[in-house]
Amino acid sequence: MRKKVIFPQLGLPYLLLLPQLAITVVFFFLPAGQAIWFSFLRQDAFGIRTEFVWFENFVELFQDPLYLDSMWVTLVFSFWVTLLSMSVALGLAVLADRHIRGATAYKTLLIWPYAIAPAVAAVLWIFIFHPQIGLLGKFLNGIGIKWDYKLNGTQALITVIVASAWKQVSYNFLFFLAGLQSIPRSVLEAAAIDGASPARRFWTVVFPLLSPTTFFLLVINLTYAFFDTFGVIDALTKGGPAKATTTLIYRAYIDGRVNLDLGSSSAQSVVLMLAVIALTAVQFRFIERKVHY
Amino acid sequence: MHRRSLLAGAAFALAIGAAPAGAQQRTEVTFWYGLGGALGERVQEQVDRFNRSQDRYRVNATFRGSYVEVMTGAIAAWRAGNPPHIAQVFEVGTATMMAAGPAIKPVHELFREAGVEIDPKRYLAGVRGYYSDTQGRLVSMPHNSSSALMWVNLDAFEKAGIRDIPRTWREVREVAQKLKAANATPCVMTTTWPTWVLFEQQSAIHDVGLATKANGFEGMDAELQLTHPFFLKHIQFIADLQREGLFRYGGRDNAAGNLFPSGECAISFGSSAARAQIERDAKFRWASVPLPYHDDFIQSPRNGVIGGASLWVLTARNRTPAEYAAVAAFFEFISRPDEDAWWHQVTGYVPLTTAAYEKSKAEGFYERNPGADAAIIQLSRAEPTPNSQGFRLGGMVEIRNIIQEELEKVFQGQQTVAQALEAANRRGNQVLRNFERANRS
Repeated sequence: MRKKVIFPQLGLPYLLLLPQLAITVVFFFLPAGQAIWFSFLRQDAFGIRTEFVWFENFVELFQDPLYLDSMWVTLVFSFWVTLLSMSVALGLAVLADRHIRGATAYKTLLIWPYAIAPAVAAVLWIFIFHPQIGLLGKFLNGIGIKWDYKLNGTQALITVIVASAWKQVSYNFLFFLAGLQSIPRSVLEAAAIDGASPARRFWTVVFPLLSPTTFFLLVINLTYAFFDTFGVIDALTKGGPAKATTTLIYRAYIDGRVNLDLGSSSAQSVVLMLAVIALTAVQFRFIERKVHY
Repeated sequence: MHRRSLLAGAAFALAIGAAPAGAQQRTEVTFWYGLGGALGERVQEQVDRFNRSQDRYRVNATFRGSYVEVMTGAIAAWRAGNPPHIAQVFEVGTATMMAAGPAIKPVHELFREAGVEIDPKRYLAGVRGYYSDTQGRLVSMPHNSSSALMWVNLDAFEKAGIRDIPRTWREVREVAQKLKAANATPCVMTTTWPTWVLFEQQSAIHDVGLATKANGFEGMDAELQLTHPFFLKHIQFIADLQREGLFRYGGRDNAAGNLFPSGECAISFGSSAARAQIERDAKFRWASVPLPYHDDFIQSPRNGVIGGASLWVLTARNRTPAEYAAVAAFFEFISRPDEDAWWHQVTGYVPLTTAAYEKSKAEGFYERNPGADAAIIQLSRAEPTPNSQGFRLGGMVEIRNIIQEELEKVFQGQQTVAQALEAANRRGNQVLRNFERANRS
């Protein structure tokens, strides 16, 4: 028989919910609502003259070939950031899961990058990738590979992908490690007794059992690549050269804050909001079915 | 009993707080600026001197991040009804601020209302023109103005056997070839602020309008003319230099700022306000001279234009005349010859007033610091024409970035110069039209 918890009065449960609801309203619904409202307006920077333009901001956006380009850049960027940060983190977690000496120190070191602010992380990568002062940049130019991410779009994209992925590895590592440690030893031992090789054990036993973690991290990482990589891009390439590293979120920032075009920037935010809602819905509906819990 | 002592305490506290104010209530005004590091310290020093110089007003100056952050912050604060009294806005934000009608108080109006008599002629022509309306009245207060110069590494020149510092682009090219042949430095030439140096400055020097309607001074319906034969010629010249390995693109805005002082590049173009940094970091002999020009295009080059920022007075519903008077007093203070000369000499920005320039000359400042007057000479060597007085184009920040993006595609070899100028012109004009529409009254 199912037990229902019923509170004697209605006030208390709502009171307890109130703080969380208030935060959601103030920090999500109000700004999101304002973004939707602004996306229908055309204003000067100070908001002195306002014109209601219906969907004009959106129409202009989708007629702009550069906006469509930045969608493509965002897809490529997000795909590689997610793939890179998750696969590297999984590899490291598998290694850390073994009985090794100094495991605690090893784990602590791996978690560090997560505590670094995106702008600081970008500066660290400048010291690696910069064509004149960076370790790798100088080396590549020394052996005759022309490396200059300030002028070469592909190299610029690689630079921001690597820097963004690196920052997320720690987070993924923590979750993968926890996921690995929760896999019952008996299952692995049984597989070993059956004569499965380590590689086979990993792909047929460990990896499927990790799928809830992987699925969760996939959503988190895509969201990260979409929304939280602004700082790295701003500090490393400022969206350039040309528009090679201008992702959707970076463009929304530039148009709103630097170019002071709030209408277009809000329209872009609304598009992003819809994209993420769609992405999450698709993931939960279709991908989750195939996940072993 | 308890309540009574509380009340007494409160009354006491009030009395203490009121005591110094009773003697003289200072009017407080806020000032947001966007200069970090050493330059920011100089701003604070000057504000402190102003506060000590009199006992009626107090200016509270705060560093609010980059120029972009100060501007967006001030605009957001105005929208919320609580803006700073003074905001430092970079020169490319001028058109946006000027179009803001009720949000700003023009400086000439501020001075008139506060009864401060200041002849606009007191300010250097090249500085004054940029921040004046069509009737020649000051709209914002000149503050930190620089101009673009050519910086040359004299040690590298000596190594390549070069005696004369080039004055024209033709000579620059010859010198660059010699520098490369002698392998004097890893990189021959670069530039900071590509749009400002290669487009804005060069168009003024060659008396070619970047845009119609006197670069936007005469109306918001101005159109860019980046496809003008001059830009085609000049950018092709730079692109050829790059292809021959004589010019290195060092990135947008000030990203190439370290290439000259580190000794990497022998020639660079950049702000006269970089002087302090170069003086500190460069381990070689150097010189700063006016920008080169194309002698097959113009016989005697016109004046260059300024960069930097000016001070804007923002309005609010609850502003009192006393607060505006405080702002006017501060502006008057920083325009005094001794204050202005100090500012010019410690920062590397050009002086705002002719008096400060004369004073620095009389003090022998330029004899002790050769080249420190190059920017002033370049700014005032000719009477500004409609093409060289400055730029009043809406969305100028965006236009600058568009030009940089299209330039990058040229340097990558993805498009020709003509294609780049065509695309930049089209995209830039779209920005101007959007601005015109949003600001139509």
